[in-house]
Amino acid sequence: MTEALLARLQMALSLGFHIVFAAVGVAMPLLMVIAEVRWLRSGDPLDRELARAWAKGTAVLFAVGAVSGTVLSFELGLLFPGFMAETGALIGLPFALEGAAFFLEAIFLGVYLYGWDRVRPAVHALAGAGVAASGAASAVLVTFANAWMQRPVGHALDAEGRLVAVDPAAVFTNAYAAHEIVHLLGAVYMATALAVAGVHAVSLLRAPDDRFHRRAFGLALALAVPATLAQPLIGHWAGQQVARYQPAKLAAAEGQFATERGAGLKLGGIPDYEARETRWALEVPGALSFLATSSFDGEVQGLEDFPRDEWPSPLVHYAWQVMVGIGSALAALAAFAAVHLVRRREWPRSRWFLKAVVAAGPLAFVALEAGWVVTEVGRQPWIAYGLLRTEETVTPMPGLVVPCVTFTLVYVGLAAATVVVLRSIFRTKAPAAAAAGPEPSP
Amino acid sequence: MTAAEAVAGVGVLSLGLYALLGGADFGGGVWDLLARGPRAARQRALIDEAIAPVWEANHVWLILVVVLLFAGFPPAFAAISTALHVPLTLVLLGVVLRGAAWVFRRYGEAGPARDRWGRVFAVASTITPVFLGVALGAVTSGAVRLGEDGAPVGGFFAPWLRPFPFAVGAFVLALFAYLAAVYLAVEAADEPALADDFRRRALAAGLASGGLAWLTVLTAGPGTGRFAEGLLGSAWSWPLQLAVAALAVAALVALWRRRFRLARALAVGQVAGVVLGWGLAMHPHVVPPDLTIASAAAPPATQRGLLVALGAGGAAVFPALYWLLRVFKSGPARGGSSTA
Repeated sequence: MTEALLARLQMALSLGFHIVFAAVGVAMPLLMVIAEVRWLRSGDPLDRELARAWAKGTAVLFAVGAVSGTVLSFELGLLFPGFMAETGALIGLPFALEGAAFFLEAIFLGVYLYGWDRVRPAVHALAGAGVAASGAASAVLVTFANAWMQRPVGHALDAEGRLVAVDPAAVFTNAYAAHEIVHLLGAVYMATALAVAGVHAVSLLRAPDDRFHRRAFGLALALAVPATLAQPLIGHWAGQQVARYQPAKLAAAEGQFATERGAGLKLGGIPDYEARETRWALEVPGALSFLATSSFDGEVQGLEDFPRDEWPSPLVHYAWQVMVGIGSALAALAAFAAVHLVRRREWPRSRWFLKAVVAAGPLAFVALEAGWVVTEVGRQPWIAYGLLRTEETVTPMPGLVVPCVTFTLVYVGLAAATVVVLRSIFRTKAPAAAAAGPEPSP
Repeated sequence: MTAAEAVAGVGVLSLGLYALLGGADFGGGVWDLLARGPRAARQRALIDEAIAPVWEANHVWLILVVVLLFAGFPPAFAAISTALHVPLTLVLLGVVLRGAAWVFRRYGEAGPARDRWGRVFAVASTITPVFLGVALGAVTSGAVRLGEDGAPVGGFFAPWLRPFPFAVGAFVLALFAYLAAVYLAVEAADEPALADDFRRRALAAGLASGGLAWLTVLTAGPGTGRFAEGLLGSAWSWPLQLAVAALAVAALVALWRRRFRLARALAVGQVAGVVLGWGLAMHPHVVPPDLTIASAAAPPATQRGLLVALGAGGAAVFPALYWLLRVFKSGPARGGSSTA
């Protein structure tokens, strides 16, 4: 295992860990504030209980997300100082603004978590809205930086071939950014809301008429279902942008070796990079060309169009299948729930639906991580697409196995401890209005 | 003043705010570790209440310093991240463990697990500032230099595994502990015995930091020559040194006489003066001796963009921060209802 691979592995683990907590930190405040606003308008103490219970979980997850984010800002330099030296001037602005957004989020969260009795109720709810808005802004801004890595803009090359920052503001008008941002936000709200719904579904399986959990379940689904239905459509847009700007990534994702018109969409399959074919795939004729170019006859570039050392790893194909497979299954579940809501004026109550939602939460996060694998591993061998190779920018420090293993152990330990603490919060909370009785509407 | 110099100035300001706010958080953890006497539990509870609403916000200043470095002075960031990989990794581990342990202690189930997390929080709070100081000392003493091959001159340990960086580390730790004790004395104003506990601690930490400041002078090697010249030989040196010394003495006197709010204001002035003096003495270097503000700066377009971003961000953040501190810090820490 080379030092470069260890650096990539450590960075990937840190990002993969952070994204889960960051996602919750972005989406949960929205749920929290919706519950609190409902309480302010209806006076129903159940909604206040909900806001307070969700706030507790948010506090824990936000803290772990914040410290893991600090790690990332340092790790960019610790692991890839060459990248930072050459591109810092070009990607620094979104990070600076993201810092301000995160600062605001931390301030509003401090008021929200610890100021229930120190500020007026309306101000408190506004603080919650502030957390939700600045959290989303934070996510948007940091994605501009990633979009730059996928499609560098605003730069020029000097006489020695080094990057020069010509137009640092161009990072904000990068055509690649829009789909990444929308797809990420969709994923964040979808996964978090499904996970929250799943947590309450566990309680509903034990006590189907518990009003607190029914309310929570309904509110979470109200966010989860639209997001889950929208994601495949957003994903389709994203796929078209990838076909346009990073055809090698799409080729790897699809296991497409030959450049061809009327390319079929492969479901499953095992790419064989030696034989240059993907075996055991179910192929839908013409569908890939249609999805990528909106024409069944459109041309799709295969890996063979690119130098062998620029082929992304076959891992991209598996991650792609996982993401699309889970996303499609969850969209079907969401469609079922939506139809049920329209026809019966309430969310499904059946045990199988509750169990499906319990599974949906973790699965949605698996899809989220798989999506990141597609876009980041699919970007390799580049750290700045077409400009800088990752291996050229790695720190010269030897023995990277040491920090890699250390941080891995720390993250595994933190994940386990987080689960333990969340479970104890959830167990000891005794909702005030957990009376039996049917809930009239979601 | 060029745009790059303005950005560097904001960086020093950010570092100062980090010391005054985040530093006090670390200091709180130190006093948690050293809590003793009949009111030990009460001391820990006060620290916990004081930190709770502000610790997340307080530590963003460090992220701002990092961002300004890599956006505004990319070669400087690369040099520091390469040469000081080890101490900075230790800082990171400390930051992660500290934040996570604090929140696990506060929200987890009562019992032995809570005490264990408390220990982790306290120990991490003590170790992290030391290595922040080590990194700062290594940079200040001109030990961070990259060779032609991009590897640090002297290897990955020599730049920082020396007496001066560790003396700076100890000094930073004492300063943070001092600040925290002064702030906590104000927060404990309702409970005179508790306030007196922190008064004693503040006096001890204040005197210790004075002694450790001298230790940094004693351990300063030849690499610190340029910095020392700046600190002691410039036109502004003596007025600033005198002002800081006067503030330090006045703060100790105010503490002695139980004028805690006054002591807090004076201690803040003193630490601000220390950071300002450091920044001025470093000028025009970012990473002495090779990288100056001018030689390490990103192009003017980026510097200007950063100033705009900082302006916009600051316009939103400072009022909000002021509001946060007003809501929670304008008086003694009340048992205030919280989510926990």
